[in-house]
Amino acid sequence: MFSVTGLNGASSNGSIKVKDAGLTGMITLRGDLKSPVIAKVIKIVTGTNIPDQRQCVSTSKGATAWMSPDELLVMVDYESVDATIAKMEKSLLGVHSLIVNVSDARAVFELTGGSIRDVISKGSPADMSSKILPVGEVRRTRIAQLAVAFWFTSDTTARLVCFRSVAGYVMDWLENASEKGSEVGFH
Amino acid sequence: MLNLKCPNCEITADETDLHCDGQAHIERFGTGASDDDLETYLFMRHNPKGVHFERWRHVFGCGKWFNVARCTVTLEVFGTYSAQSLVPPKSLINKIKKKRPEWEGFVK
Repeated sequence: MFSVTGLNGASSNGSIKVKDAGLTGMITLRGDLKSPVIAKVIKIVTGTNIPDQRQCVSTSKGATAWMSPDELLVMVDYESVDATIAKMEKSLLGVHSLIVNVSDARAVFELTGGSIRDVISKGSPADMSSKILPVGEVRRTRIAQLAVAFWFTSDTTARLVCFRSVAGYVMDWLENASEKGSEVGFH
Repeated sequence: MLNLKCPNCEITADETDLHCDGQAHIERFGTGASDDDLETYLFMRHNPKGVHFERWRHVFGCGKWFNVARCTVTLEVFGTYSAQSLVPPKSLINKIKKKRPEWEGFVK
């Protein structure tokens, strides 16, 4: 099977670099996050613990992001999603939970640069100060009228996830907001 | 513009990240209810000039519901609390009473 991302490798190079992060395995897991069974499953598939409220934790195996009080986003290699889901479903048999492959329903952006906070601030109501949104914390909010989630992986790199159907729009938006000469210099 | 703290994910979110769904703590009447009760449940809402209890949803964020106590005149937010409450928490009611001594109290 031949798979492409919603962005098909798009990139832009303005005040920040915006890049298609490529095929990413993403699994939505809903359930009781306090359940030790779910904690065990997460440990097995990504090597991480259940993240604290709004945190994104990662290992070399994968990453887990806290999305809501009963929802996690599990990120693994794109190729291993089906096997991971099978493993999770087997371990969670009889445990009230929901596991869905959302890899092809989302688009993932890789943002690089010193002014990511300024660029996102142009269209999002989220408080982008590093005090409120430190590295490793997930913020679900909107950019323009679209639901997005993003988190900083370091001071100058971030990941942004949106629905695949609006990937082109978000790409255009980010490209426009990071046009050279439009730097804000606030954050 | 309102900034409300979602008690589910503890994010202080802008009004545009949220969706308001009207009065909180409405008593529901279903099959077998009297016409009067059903009418009250479906149509009759408070429209106070002052303290109001509302349901909000963190629609662009964690997607969860919560309740808000705020003033419809000044937009002052007294507090937010879990949607899984039949009445506002006592501490919140006391806080509002202190700030608005003329307030008649919580009415269902």
